[in-house]
Amino acid sequence: MKTNDLILQTTTKVVLFIIILFSVYIFFAGHYTPGGGFVGGLLTSGAIILLTLAFDMKTVKQILPFNYIYMAATGLLFAGGTAAGSLLFNVPFLTHAFGDVNIPILGETALHTATLFDLGVFLVVVGVTMTIIQTIGVDE
Amino acid sequence: MYRLYLGEASSVHEIKGGHDLSLLHLAIISPFLFAIIIPILYKLFRQVHTGWFVLPLPILLFSYFISFISSTSNQEIITESVPWIPALGVDFIAKVDGLGLLFALLITGIGSLVVLYSIYYLSKDKEKLNTFYVYLLLFMGAMLGVVLSDNLIVLYTFWEFTSFSSFLLIGYWYDREKSRYGAQKSMLITVLGGLSMLGGIILLYIMTGTFNISEIIEQAAAISVDPLFIPALICILLGAFTKSAQFPFHIWLPDAMEAPTPVSAYLHSATMVKAGIYLVARMTPVFASEGLWVWLIAGFGIVTLFWGSFNAVKQTDLKAILAFSTISQLGMIMSLLGLGAAALHYDDIESSFFGAATTAAVFHLFNHATFKGSLFMVAGIVDHETGTRDIRKLGGLMNFMPITFTLAIIGTFSMAGLPPFNGFLSKEMFFTGMVRVLELNIFNFETWGMLFPVIAWIASVFTFLYSMILVFKTFTGKYKPEQLEKKPHEAPIGMLISPIILASLVIIIGFFPNILSNTIISPALESILPNNTIDVHISFWHGPTPELFMTIGVIALGILLFLTLPKWRKVYDLFPTKLTLNRLYDGGLAFTQKAANKITKTYMNGSIRSYLVYIFAFFIVILGTTLAVKNAFKLDTSNVSSIGFYEILLALAIMIGSISILFVKSRMTAIILLGSVGYTVSLFYVLFRAPDLALTQLVIETISVALFLLCFYHLPKELNKERMSFKLTNAIISIGVGAMVTLIALSAHSNKLFDSIAEYYIENTYTEAAGKNMVNVILVDFRGFDTLFEITVLTIAALGIFAMIKLRMGGGKKNENK
Repeated sequence: MKTNDLILQTTTKVVLFIIILFSVYIFFAGHYTPGGGFVGGLLTSGAIILLTLAFDMKTVKQILPFNYIYMAATGLLFAGGTAAGSLLFNVPFLTHAFGDVNIPILGETALHTATLFDLGVFLVVVGVTMTIIQTIGVDE
Repeated sequence: MYRLYLGEASSVHEIKGGHDLSLLHLAIISPFLFAIIIPILYKLFRQVHTGWFVLPLPILLFSYFISFISSTSNQEIITESVPWIPALGVDFIAKVDGLGLLFALLITGIGSLVVLYSIYYLSKDKEKLNTFYVYLLLFMGAMLGVVLSDNLIVLYTFWEFTSFSSFLLIGYWYDREKSRYGAQKSMLITVLGGLSMLGGIILLYIMTGTFNISEIIEQAAAISVDPLFIPALICILLGAFTKSAQFPFHIWLPDAMEAPTPVSAYLHSATMVKAGIYLVARMTPVFASEGLWVWLIAGFGIVTLFWGSFNAVKQTDLKAILAFSTISQLGMIMSLLGLGAAALHYDDIESSFFGAATTAAVFHLFNHATFKGSLFMVAGIVDHETGTRDIRKLGGLMNFMPITFTLAIIGTFSMAGLPPFNGFLSKEMFFTGMVRVLELNIFNFETWGMLFPVIAWIASVFTFLYSMILVFKTFTGKYKPEQLEKKPHEAPIGMLISPIILASLVIIIGFFPNILSNTIISPALESILPNNTIDVHISFWHGPTPELFMTIGVIALGILLFLTLPKWRKVYDLFPTKLTLNRLYDGGLAFTQKAANKITKTYMNGSIRSYLVYIFAFFIVILGTTLAVKNAFKLDTSNVSSIGFYEILLALAIMIGSISILFVKSRMTAIILLGSVGYTVSLFYVLFRAPDLALTQLVIETISVALFLLCFYHLPKELNKERMSFKLTNAIISIGVGAMVTLIALSAHSNKLFDSIAEYYIENTYTEAAGKNMVNVILVDFRGFDTLFEITVLTIAALGIFAMIKLRMGGGKKNENK
């Protein structure tokens, strides 16, 4: 199906970046305010889906040449790795570590291994939704 | 830097902190660890045979275990313990006693020789050496774990690992149909036995309250009257019999010969198949008080001994002869262990009398590993150098392969029980044990016990016979070059080293058997028959005893039968070809598959609508019954907040949306209506101040609408125009689901059985996990396990969809081509 919806395409070009930026914000903000890896991942997939609707699957694959199955697997590795990493420090599986670090420009920043875990969730969500959508929609 | 967020977890951890992995544990798991780097070594050094990297490990382990001999021969038992699942009483207790050490030495010793042999047997250019050595190391570690664990659950885990690695090794050449068949067969039979063994272990736990063998042995007298005692005994024996290929479970072993020959030499003659014997020996102190134990083991053993040797004679494949020979020899060791168990009933001098049978079992176990290992390697050499293992095609190889011929002579003569080899000594001891059955006066042995020496003698005649066939049909007689694929010549020296070492052991032990008595045999006997001091002294010449005449008789009749073989061979044709155990196995397997298919097809009809009907019907019936039986339905309006204007408005919107879905004709409209319902739900979350949920619901709704649109492509088109007919069952089920959910929601709100966990999260979210967004902290931290598994499930689902659609499209293309 050829789409030639100029308004949608032009809007998408602008909105896409806003959504993706927002999803990144939501991802990082998750620990203190509403958000997190799951919603962040969904928002990113939403942005890519919007792109797919406005253009077509082929164009999107050219712009974002990711193998989404690998992405999901990488996400699982992140989550599982963060969880298993605690074993190296002789504490139970899935124990998170956190602390405040003074980073030059950003100042006092809280760092938390849960963010790595959440990054895993983020990647899995994007990988899974995009795998499903690209597989199902591949014929169009 | 890190802090624990769960107080309880940290205290549990401190208790275990005291124990660390000992060197002994490390030795057991070292093959597993080493297996991880094998593929890397294989990739990095393609020009070097991977076997050279593997070889040092079993040699190191062998020398490590040798160092234990001084302690075990002083009746010391080395025990090292590491908690594994302390809550269930499962600790990884590594224990080195005489019996375990004997096996550990066999595993690592034969393992070293087999690895060396495999370096020359498997070509580094043609074979996938990385997988081969990974499997082999997996097996080695698992087998060490079986024989050195004092905890039955740990033992069971390793036990199944040996079945698993055996499966992988038999199926190593998986492009061959027969390899796959053999692998599956061995897996099904040994795992069946393994599961039954697990049942036996659990029964033992119920009786004794412990999984540790040494503690179970202490309670042996107390549990022998328990009604569960006999079932436990039978379950454990089933595990041992399947693993050690005892009649009627022996059928997997001949098919396992599809594995590469080094594997057959290692797993299917020297070590893995002896795991069942190990288990019987290990559990003897627990069960020996029961007559059934003695009868079952001795009975099945002697039948296996006869059946194996009788069938070995009719085989034409070298490895098939060796396979049936192994079955028969395993039966022999089994029967000796069974009779030896009777020794525990005699506390006085006589114990050494019957203990002789156990001594013979342990001694023969060792001897069998040496001569059968070398014979398998010889068979492998013949196969490798001539291209066939069929004795009808072989003949006259003596002149081409003199060293191999000598090795074959040593191995087969030892197997046949001829002096001066070690097999002669253990065969004599075997006869001693069998003849003494006549003196047993317990468990009704006075009557049927007569059969034991008779069957043993007949079986030995057949053993002699197939041994002779094995060596003389291959190496003497007419040389038939036209039937061989390659021109035969002597094997390279590297391939000969391992069988030469084994054959020298056969001779050395034949002449000096007592080097084993106090170092290996006595300590092992100590473990099988505790509290009995048996003075082991093995000698060549006993004087003109019945045993000697039995041996002479075996040789005389054996030679006669060998010379007249063509005349009486037809005896084997008398056996029915249709009523074999193999056909029973094949038929059973085919029937199971067919029946399972039939049953599955009755309800898996491919229509998603029917599946939803099943799921929702179960949902209604199970939850409805539970609600009714537990009398759980309750309506409590005292704690209900007032309903505002917005709530009513949103509820109405949802209702209108859902009901109109039923009446619209176009799919597009239906999906948009469904989307509107979802968005309204997210507005509810906004109303109830759950921004996280609202956000997620909004995005999810958007994505699922997009997904639905994409799915249009895959749905049949004509349905669009038809008016959906009204179906009563569907209506009942959908109304039922709605009613059930409402009822449960109301009851859940009205029944407050305990305080909400919310307070805990409110208090601890910031202090324990340093986060302010409680929902997110629960997701990634407090209930991180849930999330971890949820994303795993998501990934699996995505892979499933990917595979399903890609496969279907691939299949469609194929059909078009036709």
